[in-house]
Amino acid sequence: MTRAMEQWLRVDNTAFCPGCGHGILLGSLLRAIDELGLEQKQLLFVSGIGCAAWIPSPNIKADTLHTLHGRAVAYATGAKLANPRLTTIVVSGDGDLTSIGGNHLIHAARRNLDLTILCANNQIYGMTGGQTAPTTPLGVKTATDPRGNPYRPFDLCALVKAAGAPFAARWPVTRPKKLVESIKRAIQTPGLGFVEALSPCPTQLGRRNRFDDVAALYDHLNRSCVSREQVGQLSQKELLNHFVIGEFGEDE
Amino acid sequence: MSDTSRKILMGNHAAAEGALAAGCTFYAGYPITPSSDIMEFLADQLPRRGGAFIQMEDEIASISAMIGASWAGAKAMTATSGPGLSLMMEGLGYAAFTETPCVIIDVQRAGPATGQATRVGAGDILQVRFGSHGDYCPIALCPWSVQEMYDLTIRAFNLAERFRVPSFLLAEEAVGHLRESVSLHQNFERVERNRDITRPPFGTPEVDGVPPMPAFGDGANLMVTGSTHDEWGYRKVDHPREHARLVERINRKILDHQDEIGQVERRYLEDAEVAILAYGFTGRSAFAAVRTLRAQGVKVGLLRLITLWPFPENAVAELGRSVRAVIIPEMNRGQVSAWARQFLRCPVHCLNQTNGEVIEPNAIADKVREAMS
Repeated sequence: MTRAMEQWLRVDNTAFCPGCGHGILLGSLLRAIDELGLEQKQLLFVSGIGCAAWIPSPNIKADTLHTLHGRAVAYATGAKLANPRLTTIVVSGDGDLTSIGGNHLIHAARRNLDLTILCANNQIYGMTGGQTAPTTPLGVKTATDPRGNPYRPFDLCALVKAAGAPFAARWPVTRPKKLVESIKRAIQTPGLGFVEALSPCPTQLGRRNRFDDVAALYDHLNRSCVSREQVGQLSQKELLNHFVIGEFGEDE
Repeated sequence: MSDTSRKILMGNHAAAEGALAAGCTFYAGYPITPSSDIMEFLADQLPRRGGAFIQMEDEIASISAMIGASWAGAKAMTATSGPGLSLMMEGLGYAAFTETPCVIIDVQRAGPATGQATRVGAGDILQVRFGSHGDYCPIALCPWSVQEMYDLTIRAFNLAERFRVPSFLLAEEAVGHLRESVSLHQNFERVERNRDITRPPFGTPEVDGVPPMPAFGDGANLMVTGSTHDEWGYRKVDHPREHARLVERINRKILDHQDEIGQVERRYLEDAEVAILAYGFTGRSAFAAVRTLRAQGVKVGLLRLITLWPFPENAVAELGRSVRAVIIPEMNRGQVSAWARQFLRCPVHCLNQTNGEVIEPNAIADKVREAMS
């Protein structure tokens, strides 16, 4: 029996840094498509620019479209409309999808086309050297905010839900089984399914913010995650640096 | 004999008819004067014919969606004008580097910036050629009539498919909104894509070759990327030889085929002492000036550039060898004359007009007389 990872991988090396969470997201995505029994020929993976854009390209053995910075969702929209039989999955980073590509993201949610969008959120620009992203938590130090980020981050799931997406989910890569389940649900959602995977970046975020090792960063991520039931126990200010995890479906 | 395909149409609608005749099945765009007639026509027609139409959130998204659709197997297009074209520059470079066939209709208005949205200009000539960063070479065709809005749109699609390159119909507001008789004939061949999945989609043994292009869903496991890539699509971002080879081929596949792509029209040049070099709507005024002057016994001719990029340098050089002087009237500050001068070994007289209006025949005739005196 061939395992999911081996069957779907095109290359046998990784470009990701030690401790990067993107490999777990790649594995979760491959398990999700494998468990859904999707045909290789039917699958199209579209990505933008940045570390997360390398999750599908060149790793996944299927059609991959590695586009320009921020534009993955717009390219995917054209491909899906031209051939609606393609199961079209966008995989890209938080800076790519929500800063330079933010307009495309909210319009895709508004149109509610049958696309899946996976956002690997590492809260920083990794590939370009650790600059602030629209998802960088308040006070976190970056290459462009050496005294700490003074601005609030986006709540990405709330953003796409407000723009019209019927399904959104958020999980840290430390909960891969939940991630696999939500990715499957996003793919199966007839309209736009959005999954935000919280994926630590030890190289750029960890080392600037006094996380002595990779494990400390992962522990911090886990402590920052709260379930929807726990939200009431936190003040608005405390909530800014926490992540509400779970699925946000049609009924919310 | 009556021609049942003949109609009175606006240039923009003739271009849209040409797109449908050429087999266009996808349009993505954003409203902008003076090109929106094309978009509105296709919004109505494409869904009726099994194609797809989408109004995107901006022109960056429009060109992106068009490229995505082309890789999904569609003959895809967009249309815009100056400000939208500026936004499309990043996508243009991506299309050129990934060798994506697509057609962009630019109905030029008076720029720069918002300029005069409803008035005419020809200020985008160099932008379509050089506007995106890096070295690439798109194709640009320039119509002077409603008939050519139809014919050259078809040709733009065929050349885009033949060479896997973004092709422009570089029109002007004056011809986009001109209404005249046009034959919507079907008397042409459609170029279809070679979707062979067994050969590499990004490389050829020849330095100027055009590889086959499978579509998403064909089972080719395509790797399309705007980063430097090898013949199968693997990123090669620090390999000097791979970069040089790819940049060289995407340029040479166009520049080495200028004879096939280049198209010019010659009028009254056999015995001409001076010549007018013109393109687009200005070609009409130039031709009117030639006929007036010929009636007065002035030996003047016209070389009309139908292909603007790749530049028909042999035809222009030959013109320079056969006449005493060349007059170049343009609705810009000399975008073609600046380029043409390197091929012309004779005096060049420019007539540049940037007031949002077409150049009138009398102004060109005066310039010819001045050049001959």
